[in-house]
Amino acid sequence: MSIVHLPTRRELLVGSGALFAWSQMPRLARAEGRDPRLLVIILRGALDGLGAVAPVGDPDWMSLRGDRALVLDGKTPALPLDSLFALNPAMPNLYRLYKNRQASIVHATATPYRERSHFDGQDVLESGVARPGATGSGWLNRALLALESGGRVDPHGSRALGIGSVTPLVVRGAAPVMTWVPQKLLSASADTQNRLLDLYRHTDPKLASVLQARIKLAALDGTPAMGDPMSDDPTLAPPGIARVRAYFADAAGTAARYLAKPDGPRVGAMGFVGWDTHIAEGAASGQLFNLLGALDGALAAIETNMGETWHETVVAVVTEFGRTARINGTQGTDHGTGTVAFLAGGALAGGRVIADWPGLKPAQLLEDRDLKPTIDLRAVLKGLLRDHLRVEENLLASAVFPDSADVRPMGGLVG
Amino acid sequence: MSNSAKAEAVLALHRFGMGPRPGSIAAVATDPRGALIAELDRPLALSAAAAQPSSARAYRTVADANARRTARAKQAQQQAKKQQMAAAPTVADDQSQAEAQTQGKIQGQGQEKDAAEMAAKKAAEAIPDPGRPIYLQEAKLRTEAALAAEIGFAERLVWFWSNHFCVSANKIQSMSGAYEREAIRTNALGRFVDLLQAVEGHPAMLFYLDNLESMGANSTAGINRSRGLNENFAREIMELHTLGVRTGYTQDDVISFANVLTGWTLVPPGADPQHGGEFTFNPRLHEPGGQTVLGKRYEQEDVEQGRAVLRDLAAHPATATHVATKLARHFVADEPPPVLVEQMAKTFRDTEGDLKQVAIAMVSSDEAWRGPPSKLKRPSEWVVGMIRATGITQVDPVRYTGGQELLGEGLWRPSAPKGYPDDEASWIDGVGRRLDVANYFAERVTGITDPQAIIDDVFASEISSEVKQAVGRAESRQQALALLFMSADFQRR
Repeated sequence: MSIVHLPTRRELLVGSGALFAWSQMPRLARAEGRDPRLLVIILRGALDGLGAVAPVGDPDWMSLRGDRALVLDGKTPALPLDSLFALNPAMPNLYRLYKNRQASIVHATATPYRERSHFDGQDVLESGVARPGATGSGWLNRALLALESGGRVDPHGSRALGIGSVTPLVVRGAAPVMTWVPQKLLSASADTQNRLLDLYRHTDPKLASVLQARIKLAALDGTPAMGDPMSDDPTLAPPGIARVRAYFADAAGTAARYLAKPDGPRVGAMGFVGWDTHIAEGAASGQLFNLLGALDGALAAIETNMGETWHETVVAVVTEFGRTARINGTQGTDHGTGTVAFLAGGALAGGRVIADWPGLKPAQLLEDRDLKPTIDLRAVLKGLLRDHLRVEENLLASAVFPDSADVRPMGGLVG
Repeated sequence: MSNSAKAEAVLALHRFGMGPRPGSIAAVATDPRGALIAELDRPLALSAAAAQPSSARAYRTVADANARRTARAKQAQQQAKKQQMAAAPTVADDQSQAEAQTQGKIQGQGQEKDAAEMAAKKAAEAIPDPGRPIYLQEAKLRTEAALAAEIGFAERLVWFWSNHFCVSANKIQSMSGAYEREAIRTNALGRFVDLLQAVEGHPAMLFYLDNLESMGANSTAGINRSRGLNENFAREIMELHTLGVRTGYTQDDVISFANVLTGWTLVPPGADPQHGGEFTFNPRLHEPGGQTVLGKRYEQEDVEQGRAVLRDLAAHPATATHVATKLARHFVADEPPPVLVEQMAKTFRDTEGDLKQVAIAMVSSDEAWRGPPSKLKRPSEWVVGMIRATGITQVDPVRYTGGQELLGEGLWRPSAPKGYPDDEASWIDGVGRRLDVANYFAERVTGITDPQAIIDDVFASEISSEVKQAVGRAESRQQALALLFMSADFQRR
């Protein structure tokens, strides 16, 4: 793990102007009995919810994904959650938390966005505004502003933490944000390398051959990748998954350490890239499996570093949209709609898969293509903000998620 | 604006400038060639340079710090030795004890030496090197000039000449920026002979190419001392700066020219607090008498002898060809069209080395525009192009110069007097490193810039459909930006 770079006072004040807030911080932290923490993790690139949490009990599951379907008695058996769903075997920590009622999964969920652009989808997810392009502030930041000053979660001090050299939009806004940048930067992901390689193959063969050589070298250098047996192209094996795992755990673990401090921030946000599994997805032993494993490690790091405050914590793992229900021609999935959200933390009333299952028959899919979303993700997020951070419900509908009056907060998520 | 006008504007900005920035394509599209030429008439000074120390002052500042450092180190060393002495054993009684103590004493001496050296090192390090902040500020000024330029053709010419007449900040960190400002920037659009005289007479160059101590065998200093002639400076001037390698000069020419240049040195910094570090001609080092260089006899006395040789080297036809070839290779193609090179060399000869006219001849020639964008940008050009595309106008020099070093083109730090190479083969293997840098940069700017806006506004949509598609399908803005910056459209010119 790299050396922790504590935010300096100067960094804390960037973009805030709230010079007075710092001196008051310790006093504000425990004004009420409970002292909630909320960490939001954005999976950028759109997660295949069906590859993460498989509907093994659905009669149409096998016909949909065929021999790529995650099953309970597969070579790598999926972990049974209830009669319908099973968790990807890459996530034993989440499974343990689920069994301990400290994790819940929301399935067939989506934001109001119904198109297929990552950028626009991320804007909608993070801004909390139903139309794309609203990038001024994020719902988590506005939720802080909706809280009373001096309350448990002081909205006017540095109560939010952004991880990464760019603060995720979800936490950007008028409420001051402190930032932490991991010292070891993650180099371009295998996915980015492969996309660039593909671009070069069509436009610049010389650059293509140089880049390919580098990718091969990196693959030799790294830990043996769990290659997709279907893929005969060695460049598609994800090199450097060990580095990805280390980065995820480092970033998430650090966020947890700050959130756990009595006078630290109460909410945080970070993004993990690499989820656009349009080729060689490998739910059981490839890209997706590796990434979910890295995410599972990040959750473990959060739990460990939160210490006692884990019991007052909710981690929400969300993504801009899902992926197609069917596998595409390159053994991946294309941009789809419905997906899953993972919730973890000691504050949850967990141990449930929350779903209004739409079914997987062609007519039940959205546009005969995507898992149909039946739960508005905003309902889940509003439920967490109302019951965990105690944001007033009317403000949730107006300021935090504008024009969402008809989306009722989901109750009973936290204990 | 027609498509071909836009395409030529994009090419103008990439091939001859620093890359497009928001609005620049529209600004030059009506007449890209005219816009390039017009930029050569604008002043090339750096607005904020007045606050920067001259090369001589920078040199004195560093020399002063070094002197203080040495003094402190010596003091600390002596103090440490004294303490050790006080703690050391004294007299031995019998043989075995004496032996044991001899052993101990040897060991003790070793420790003593180590401790004293450590103390000296620590004391010296307490005085920071003033050269680095000067270097960083110069780097900042220079980079921001490239970011601020509408096209950046004139800045590219400064960069070109700075590399052609390179010095290395690894040897003279404090003077590298001032050298470029004083010798290169002021002459990059003037006559080659003036540029040459300014460069070869600059303290940084004399220091870098080791001419400070060079002395003629028959000079006053040469007779008194065992040291002698240094051929390096003369050789590099002929091989790299003027005629070019294998253009007919002999080893005898090199030695004669080196003798001509003896005495070209600087005022010792300690000797003269007003002028220390400035160029001076020291007659005590100069080889007396006439010299024959390239078949011509130079009977001039003192510094004029060297200036006369430089004048002739500047006017030599081989120099015209060498300079024209290097310029065309840098801007147009690794193997530049011979017609273009000859047009530029002819202009050089016809105008007595008017560098602005040579630059105009280049961009006025259809040959310079005809080929596909085959040049792989050097890391420095690529990085500045990337920053320009985002509209950012200021840089953190620590991060910026660090990035340049990571990419193998540390600012003013070439590993040899030949400067950084210009061919694709030298740089293409660094593409993987570029990807990491692009990815990192993209992460940093993803909140303030939009990949689609760069395609639309910065490139006026003049970018291949494959890139548009890759950017549109990227999984995040960061990835989209990284792919855009890494595309051939962005890396080649």
